[in-house]
Amino acid sequence: MASIAGTLDVVQIRKDFPILSRKVHQKPLVYLDNAATSQKPQVVIDALTNYYQNYNANIHRGIHSLADEATSAYESTRRAIQTWINAEKPEEIIFTRGTTEGINLIAYSFSQINLAKGDEILISGLEHHSNIVPWQMACERHGAHLKVIPINTKGELDLSGLEELISERTKMVALIYVSNALGTINPVKDITEKAHKVGAKVLLDAAQAAPHFDLDVRDLDCDFLVFSGHKILGPTGIGILYGKEAELNHLPPYQGGGEMIAEVSFEHTTYNVLPYKFEAGTPNIADTIALKAAIEYMQTIGFDAIAQHENELLSYATRQLTAIDGLRLIGTAEKKASVASFVVEGVHHQDLGILLDQDGIAIRTGHHCAQPIMSQLGLKGTCRASFAFYNTLEEIEFFIHSLRKAISMLR
Amino acid sequence: MESIVNKSEELVDEFSFFEDWADKYAHIIDLGKNMPPLEDHWKTPEHLIKGCQSNVWLHAELKEGLVYYYADSDAIIVKGLIGLLVRIFSGQPPAEIVHADLSFMNQIGLQQHLSPTRSNGLASMVKQIKMYALAFQANKS
Repeated sequence: MASIAGTLDVVQIRKDFPILSRKVHQKPLVYLDNAATSQKPQVVIDALTNYYQNYNANIHRGIHSLADEATSAYESTRRAIQTWINAEKPEEIIFTRGTTEGINLIAYSFSQINLAKGDEILISGLEHHSNIVPWQMACERHGAHLKVIPINTKGELDLSGLEELISERTKMVALIYVSNALGTINPVKDITEKAHKVGAKVLLDAAQAAPHFDLDVRDLDCDFLVFSGHKILGPTGIGILYGKEAELNHLPPYQGGGEMIAEVSFEHTTYNVLPYKFEAGTPNIADTIALKAAIEYMQTIGFDAIAQHENELLSYATRQLTAIDGLRLIGTAEKKASVASFVVEGVHHQDLGILLDQDGIAIRTGHHCAQPIMSQLGLKGTCRASFAFYNTLEEIEFFIHSLRKAISMLR
Repeated sequence: MESIVNKSEELVDEFSFFEDWADKYAHIIDLGKNMPPLEDHWKTPEHLIKGCQSNVWLHAELKEGLVYYYADSDAIIVKGLIGLLVRIFSGQPPAEIVHADLSFMNQIGLQQHLSPTRSNGLASMVKQIKMYALAFQANKS
C-alpha cells in the first residue's frame, strides 16, 4: 500500500485526540465526517475544563481578579484570530455562535441600510443552505432579487456569464469559499475583484476553507468572512465574523442588550464601539477561550503540512473510489479540498451509510444541507467521506474495503 | 390468528442464528428485496413519511376488523426493516397494535434504527403505524 512521505507524524498526532482511540460496534472508529465537524485534541478539552475549574467569571465589567483573567483569555483569542487571518485590527473580529449566525448578522444589518427594491444579491449554485436562506429572507424584506452563479457538471462555478450577473444593481456577493458537499475550491479572489468594480460588497463563507488552509483576509480583500470554531478542532457554539472596520462601523447592530451599549436611557441608547457593538449579552466565554488552543494546535502542526497530507489522502481515496465498478464521484473540480462525494449505481446512499457504520466508519449521507446542488446535478443525495490531517491511508484502505463489501451486499 | 407476541418471538428466534452483523444485515437486505413493491398510486405525498433520508411510504387498510399495512422505500435496508414491522403488525386488531411494545427490536439488536435521533424515518414509521391503528380504533367505537 501507498505511504505518505510528508512531514506529519500522524501516529503521534492521533494520540492528542482521545476520541480517535474509541470503538464503534467493536471496531476502531474511522472518522471520515470531518466536514461536518472535527474531533478535538486534549489541549482544547483542557482549555475548557481549566476555565471552568480555575477562572470562571463574567468578562469585561468585573474588577476582581477572576474577571480580569477571564477577560484577558477571551480577548487573547480575538488577537490570535486576527493574526491568523491577517486582519488589520482585533476590532474586526466579532465572535458569533457559528458561520450561520455570522451570515445572518450581515444579511440582516447590511440589508437594513443597503438593500432596496430592485437591488440584487448574488450567491452561487454551490451554497450551503445557511448562505441561501438568510439572503432570501433579506430579499423578501426589501423587495430585492437573489441571483445565482450556475455550476457545471464537475461541480465548479460556471463563470462564463458572470459579467451579466454582476451589475450596478448587485449590492452583495455572498460566496462559499470551499463547497461542503463537493469540496470545490472557488476562485473567490477573482470574483471579489469583479464585485468591487461595481461597488458590491463581498461575504465569504469560509466554514470549509478554515480547516484546510491559511486564510488571509487582506489578500482576499473580502469585506466580510465567516467560519465556525467546531470545524477547526474548537468547541461548538463559537464562530468568527471578520469584517473590514469601515464596513462594520457603518452597519447597525444586530441584537440589542448588555455589552453592545455605550449609554442607555428610556429615551435613547448609544451603541458601543467595535467589536462589542455586535456582541450583545454574556458571550460564549469558555468556548471562545478554548478556540485559541485549537488554532494554536493547528498552527503548530502547520497548514502547509496539513494541506500536503490531506491532498495525499484525497488523491489516494479518489484513485481507490474510481476503481469501484458503478461508483461515480460527484464533484471533480480541478481545485478541491479533502472531500470525496460519490454515488453508487443502483445503491441508495443511506444503505451504504448504515453498513459502513457497522464497521465503525463514520461518513455522511444525504443532501449535505445543499439541496440546490443535488437538484442541479439531478441527485437525491450522495455519500460524503471528508478527511482531516489526523486520518491515515490505512483508514482509507479499510473504508474502501468496507465500502466494496457493502456494495456487494446491497446489489 | 397469531398474536403480535407470538410473531415477535418467532422473529427473535429467526435472528438468533446470525453470528455477525454482516449475516444479519444480509438477511434484512433479502427481506427488503423480496418485499412486494407498493403500488404506484399509493406512493403519494400523503403516504410519504417525513424526516427521512430515503423515501418511505406507508398505506393501511381495515378489513374485517384487522389492519393491513403496505409499505415501500427506495433504500433497501430501511425497506427490510419496514418489512419486519409490517410482518409483525399486519393482520392484527387495532387495539393490539396500539398497545404493542417493540422490545423485540432490542432483542434482535436493531433498536438503534428505531431511535428518533437516526434520520432513517423508522421512528416516524412506527408512530404512523400506531396512528393508523388508533384512527381505525376510534372510527369503530
